Amino acid sequence: MLLGICKHNNKDFLLIDIPGTYSLMSNSQEEEIARNYICFGNPDATVIILDATCLEKNLNLVFQTLEITNKVVVCVNLLDEAKKKNIEIDLNKLSKLLGVPVVGTVARNAKTLNNLLDTVYNVCCSKIICNPKKIKYIPIIEDCILMLSSEVQKILPVSKQYLTRWVCLKLIDKDDSIINSIENAFGIKLSNEQILLKLDEIRKLLQKNDIDSSNLKDKIVSNIIFSAEDICNNVVKYKNSSHQNRDRKIDKILTSKKFGIPIMILFLGLIFWITITGANYPSQLLSDFFGYIQEKLLYFFNYINAPEFISGVLIEGMFQTVTWVISVMLPPMAIFFPLFTILEDLGYLPRIAFNLDNYFKKACTTGKQALTMCMGFGCNAARSCGV
Amino acid sequence: MSKIHLTDLPMNETGKVISINCPGHIKRRLLDLGIVKKTNIIPVLKSPSGDPTAFLVRGSIIALRKEDASLIDVEF
Repeated sequence: MLLGICKHNNKDFLLIDIPGTYSLMSNSQEEEIARNYICFGNPDATVIILDATCLEKNLNLVFQTLEITNKVVVCVNLLDEAKKKNIEIDLNKLSKLLGVPVVGTVARNAKTLNNLLDTVYNVCCSKIICNPKKIKYIPIIEDCILMLSSEVQKILPVSKQYLTRWVCLKLIDKDDSIINSIENAFGIKLSNEQILLKLDEIRKLLQKNDIDSSNLKDKIVSNIIFSAEDICNNVVKYKNSSHQNRDRKIDKILTSKKFGIPIMILFLGLIFWITITGANYPSQLLSDFFGYIQEKLLYFFNYINAPEFISGVLIEGMFQTVTWVISVMLPPMAIFFPLFTILEDLGYLPRIAFNLDNYFKKACTTGKQALTMCMGFGCNAARSCGV
Repeated sequence: MSKIHLTDLPMNETGKVISINCPGHIKRRLLDLGIVKKTNIIPVLKSPSGDPTAFLVRGSIIALRKEDASLIDVEF
């Protein structure tokens, strides 16, 4: 996790970046870390950053977060991109529907970020009271939650009462890993006799309604997704429904049978050419510069009459090797990785993965590995970490 | 209206998801991406080698391999 500190209106903020996910319940490691931090790390507030160009997909995460914490600020980023695509979002209405403050930002524009920090501050010190809207599940699941809630309420610590609904849901869903983390974090036991009895009752009730452990989660997720859809229909306006047409056209060319792979080879070839020829000049400069310093150092060692083996070890051994490595490796890396980052920002890398997936599948891996393989041309350490 | 596999859905035609029969971890991933019953799904791009295919779902594009897409039934 990354830490950041900032000062705003003479207040210090400690910001913690938790792994980006689409959801908090599918048990990948990132999601577990994210969930546990929000739930048990006692943050003063949680900021959820959404992509304005695909709000609906992101709202899923918002709802799941609202289930586990009260203090949330929703930040709708990339408003400039959305504007370009003729997407209009009614942030006030979104805020009303979610019951938490919503701030629109354009990350490049500092003013919008100040606005975000103001809101975060106000939420932290309870100047803005959040009243997050909880998902209403289908009646049968709501009934089950109701059956359990009084028992769970007795066990949960007073300060964590707002988690009752969520804990009940996880108990019904038999999500053992989450239940375990909850028990460990709060030092409680959620498997007492009353609860087990109720759970038994609930299981029978669910069975009567044709719900078992395999389709229960579907029903829960569907509920969340339909709520997200509903909200989106209310707050998002596509002024021109063909807003994705241009992107689609470009995609079609980039992934076409005829041009897809040649364009990819062209792009990567160009990057390698720029890297290899471009790196020669700074390499030369660096090695000249280090050579000059080495000469001066040798003079100095002669001047103080240092024994020859010392200057041998220190200068011809250590200094020369280190500077050689720097002058040979640094320039290509400093050129290759930024270029690669540009491709990433353009969104071209997922297209490469898409084009190559079939070939990588034959090696029992995914198209994404093409990217880490490419990074290996810049530096093998980066590749190994990626794999 | 007939029930077909997602892989048989013609390009740029809208299908409505009826059932998802993928193994657990893939199914969960699909749920996270918003693919549940009654969701509209449109195949929009094919990779140069024909597999995977990219689908438009809820305003974003995701790619699915043939073996996963064939386990999703849609109404068309």
